[in-house]
Amino acid sequence: MDDLRLLDAVERYIKGEMHPDERMHFEQLRKSNTEVDQLVVEHTFFLQQMNRFGEWKCFKSALKEIHVDLAEKGQINSARLQGKAKVIYLWNRYKRVSAIAASIAVVTTLVISSLVWIIAPASPRSQFEELNKKFSQLEDKTRKQAKEIDRIKNKATAVPQDIPFTTGGTGFIIDAKGYLITNAHVVEDAQQIAIQNNRGEYLVKVVFQDRERDIAILKIDDPNFKPYISLPYGLSKQTAKLAEPIFTLGYPRNEVVYSQGYLSAKTGFNGDTLSCQIEINANRGNSGSPILNRKGEVIGILNGRQTNTQGFAFAVQSKYIFDVIETLKKQDNSPSIRIPSRSLLNGLDRTEQVRKVQDFVYMVKVN
Amino acid sequence: MDSELQEVGLLKGLAAGDRKVIEGIYKDHFNMIQSLIVNNNGSSEDAQDIFQEAMVVLYEKVRMGSFELNCQLKTYLYSVSKRLWLKRLQQNNRLLSQEIDPNTTIPVEEEIATHEKRDAEFELMSQAIQRLGEPCKSLLEAYYLRKMNMQDIALQFGYTNADNAKNQKYKCLIRLKKLFFSEYKNGTSHG
Repeated sequence: MDDLRLLDAVERYIKGEMHPDERMHFEQLRKSNTEVDQLVVEHTFFLQQMNRFGEWKCFKSALKEIHVDLAEKGQINSARLQGKAKVIYLWNRYKRVSAIAASIAVVTTLVISSLVWIIAPASPRSQFEELNKKFSQLEDKTRKQAKEIDRIKNKATAVPQDIPFTTGGTGFIIDAKGYLITNAHVVEDAQQIAIQNNRGEYLVKVVFQDRERDIAILKIDDPNFKPYISLPYGLSKQTAKLAEPIFTLGYPRNEVVYSQGYLSAKTGFNGDTLSCQIEINANRGNSGSPILNRKGEVIGILNGRQTNTQGFAFAVQSKYIFDVIETLKKQDNSPSIRIPSRSLLNGLDRTEQVRKVQDFVYMVKVN
Repeated sequence: MDSELQEVGLLKGLAAGDRKVIEGIYKDHFNMIQSLIVNNNGSSEDAQDIFQEAMVVLYEKVRMGSFELNCQLKTYLYSVSKRLWLKRLQQNNRLLSQEIDPNTTIPVEEEIATHEKRDAEFELMSQAIQRLGEPCKSLLEAYYLRKMNMQDIALQFGYTNADNAKNQKYKCLIRLKKLFFSEYKNGTSHG
């Protein structure tokens, strides 16, 4: 009897799947052959171990899912510490380090940023294709019409039915109060902007645009919008690692589309250090899509691809979102935007992660 | 008496892996543990880790068929979490910032020792499965963990028939057992 058939017999014996006479025969064999007997004992133990392992794994992932669910529904205190408690906690933990770190950081930032400004080459943008989609070629005409409608319906608050939106991209929520982020080129020269997903359709306005970093911050400006309780994902301040698996959700069509790939280079088009290169299937309309890593942290915003190639795209690194928010804070009566830095999606499987993220990604429609 | 009965009901639900029950226990106790951890040098991430580990300790206990906690569920989870957190703080050379009233906890050292031993075994199994590589990893997970039947597996993995898939499964299983037992025996002989 070869190993495989013996193992099969042992397993069927343990699981009680043998016919009575086969079972009798096997029990005799077990008595006469100590090796077989030992194998039965060993395999029983092993199967038990596997079974327990399976249950354990299942239970642990159930716990993680439940945590996210409850945090989302607001039934347990949000995972993020708030206000005073957080300050005290951080202060207690890091007071010794913070002073030194801060002084080093200031010096390095100054040196590096001045170097970057001096050295960075101006890149030819012509080969770079921004992935906002054109809904039609009648852009100009419709814009004039829209202006007309605009004038007539000046006071309307809900999304008017008859604005012909001409271009579009994707955007995603960064603050539960209703702030979104997308690419600056998606909303450039916009008259009217609306966002849409399964949750609904809302009017938004541009709060801030940074053409250099290609980041725009939008605010939902619509009475029908109900703020979220919390966000499932966080934004990473770190530069992503080479070969790190990533995924994205975006609106290249009127339907949300999932795509996955990996980080293929730490710099973007023509060595651009603001962005990075990702191996992913991106199409027009994907501009502004969040790029998430395995832990469910946003590591970038998809913003374009090279015109003469297919299969890879570029993404603005998410740490620049923090920079933009900082810049924004310096402005007068700027809104307070709080970006979540911690992801609740760590450890969930991909379909669960996508299901959670989906509600926070919107199609951005511009006219 | 009534509340005791109720708790036994909860524990039975937990043992059966009833999602509603797990969610209920989670909802009722997480905030308490979170404030324990956060007030003692921990972050909310730590709280999530520790609470979930305490839930695993409880789950393992009820899976073994023992529903006798000798105290309220609340006290049990609190005691286990506290113990786990103290251990972790000691590992990182940090200390509790406030003394915890010993009356509110029960001794759980033994349970945590069993839990750690079992955790180490699961870790071994997990590593052994990782080292197997594909397609063995997915094949065995499909059969032994997700309990799929051989026909479906053959279809999903592109084997010509169930017998073929079964042979492949046993080949993988023999390799996995070798990986697991070599580590397992090493581990037990050292410790």
